[in-house]
Amino acid sequence: MKTAPSIPSPLLEVQDLKVHFPVRKGLFTKHQAYVHAVDGVSLSLQAGETLGLVGESGCGKSTLGRAIARLVDATSGVIRFSGDDITSLGASGMRPYRRHLQMIFQDPYGSLNPRMTVAQIIGEALDIHRLARQSAARQRRIRELLLAVGLDADCQNRYPHEFSGGQRQRIGIARALAVHPKLLICDEPISALDVSVQAQIINLLADLQTEHGIAYLFIAHDLAVVEHLSRRIAVMYLGRIMELSDARKILHAPRHPYTQALISALPTLDPASRRQRILLPGEIPSPIHPPTGCPFHPRCPRAEDRCRTETPLLRELDPNHWCACHLPLESSLRPDEPPQTNPAPGSLHG
Amino acid sequence: MSLLEIQNLSVEFDTDQGPVRAVSGVSLSIESGEGLALVGESGCGKSVTALSIARLLPSPPSRIADGEIRIDGRNVLAMDAADLRRIRGAVVAYVFQEPGAALNPVMRVGHQILEALRLHRPQSATTEEVIHLVRQVGIPAPEDRQRDFPHELSGGMQQRIMIAMALAAQPRLLVADEPTTALDVTIQAQILDLLSRLKRELNMSVLLITHNLGIVQDLADRVAVMYAGQIVETAPAADLLRQPLHPYTQSLIHSIPQPGKTGGRLRAIPGHVPRLSALPSGCRFHPRCARIQLSCSQACPDLVEVQPGRWVRCPFWKTAG
Repeated sequence: MKTAPSIPSPLLEVQDLKVHFPVRKGLFTKHQAYVHAVDGVSLSLQAGETLGLVGESGCGKSTLGRAIARLVDATSGVIRFSGDDITSLGASGMRPYRRHLQMIFQDPYGSLNPRMTVAQIIGEALDIHRLARQSAARQRRIRELLLAVGLDADCQNRYPHEFSGGQRQRIGIARALAVHPKLLICDEPISALDVSVQAQIINLLADLQTEHGIAYLFIAHDLAVVEHLSRRIAVMYLGRIMELSDARKILHAPRHPYTQALISALPTLDPASRRQRILLPGEIPSPIHPPTGCPFHPRCPRAEDRCRTETPLLRELDPNHWCACHLPLESSLRPDEPPQTNPAPGSLHG
Repeated sequence: MSLLEIQNLSVEFDTDQGPVRAVSGVSLSIESGEGLALVGESGCGKSVTALSIARLLPSPPSRIADGEIRIDGRNVLAMDAADLRRIRGAVVAYVFQEPGAALNPVMRVGHQILEALRLHRPQSATTEEVIHLVRQVGIPAPEDRQRDFPHELSGGMQQRIMIAMALAAQPRLLVADEPTTALDVTIQAQILDLLSRLKRELNMSVLLITHNLGIVQDLADRVAVMYAGQIVETAPAADLLRQPLHPYTQSLIHSIPQPGKTGGRLRAIPGHVPRLSALPSGCRFHPRCARIQLSCSQACPDLVEVQPGRWVRCPFWKTAG
């Protein structure tokens, strides 16, 4: 298999990662089937960069994020962090890496301990990694972190239930920031928030990246949100990456028919753009019995015989534009639009 | 005469801290065959308004404190239980956010549709009619699918079954309360397409309840935006999206990332939606408003028709932001 799009010494490198979960077929049968949640994903992420990971529910994007954070075990493949193979490290072996690899979650209600105060929640992260051992320094750091995420420093003795959803997500971000991470895996961090609050959290994440140079793996189902934050976007379907390129190319010149349909289905406020919607027939197939060949072929308007038998590999169609499709769409970037040059890591949108 | 006419509706809930007013003085109307979207964030009162139409809110703790609801000219608030049973389903039918929770898990979906038929159209309660309804909502192989149990169907298919059940009694108004919120975008597109086809073919009125302004133009001819229990703006859908007049609607639209418009910071709305038990004085949006004036905290502005068909609850709507 061809190797991933890789640039020298990435912060995170994932090679041919597979995560399969066993499911018991019947009550008495021993034969087990497997959910192919992540099925051969390769990607890399530079320090300070944001990679957006989009796909519909069940496509494996959250499992991929959890596998990288080593919250679930990989079935095969390699995860390298700062060049070190962390794929099969145990709990104690992972500890030095955990400091640099943090995660924030979708549900700001479920991911904070309701019996701990804000100071205890953030302080626990500091204690585990022995970062602020004197109580004065610890106090100072907690205040600093709360201010950094836009919370009132006086709120540290309050409990999670006293905060709104957006404020709770800020507490989760402060907890993750406490240990100076290099990579933050954001698993649908704004999906549970009110629309008017989502933008606050997006802006906060953008500011923190500029300030601290943290790399984000930003997982979401909403392409518009991902595009706003990400330099590059990977589109997943049924455990595989279908297309991976610059955010602008994914949105404006997708080469994969699935990406094109996904974009056309986005809710839009623009009356002119809704008529070109592509309605995909059918639904996402079961990851227990993925279709043969290209996993997207049963719903693809362009599918032909080859797609039903032969699985397309992720290949580089144009520089930095990777696509897993036998019959990719024509590149539709207009010649008057200059191709986007790669901005320096850490900068948003050039 | 409008099919649905809500006048000055206020709904209160009894809580430990005393009565809380979830809906304050909401007036709206829907014509026959018209689509209206009621848009707002969680807790703004949009679902409470929708559930009040067929008196589906449990009382206590809820109480309709004021106002009038008329369907087809008949006063819903004066109806007895038998009258209410007749309009529920037959005049106004509902489709909710979580189809999985609304379907009976141990009953084949076809049988559940048949039940709805028996209640409202006993003469048509046949398997043929069930299959016809299942086909009407765009489910392939309806003869086989109607024998499935809910868990054998995906979320999108379950929602189609819920729509088929709602159509069983041939309602004149379909209330769709966040019908696509739990679904993926490609499936959401399919369901919106189905609803707008049914609306057109059956000349059915639709009240769409949603937090997502991006989906309203599929179904809605007009949009009403709610904030903290009040309607703050009503306008034809295209006008509202193109040129919102109320500062809240403007901020809401600007805070949504738009595909293709990258760059820069989003214009987030500061603060958060106020608790209904601790509403700000005057205009309920003033603590978060970018165009706040001195008088905003003193008196709550009225909803005023500022252009034909466009109503705005802000006296400073002209000082465009």
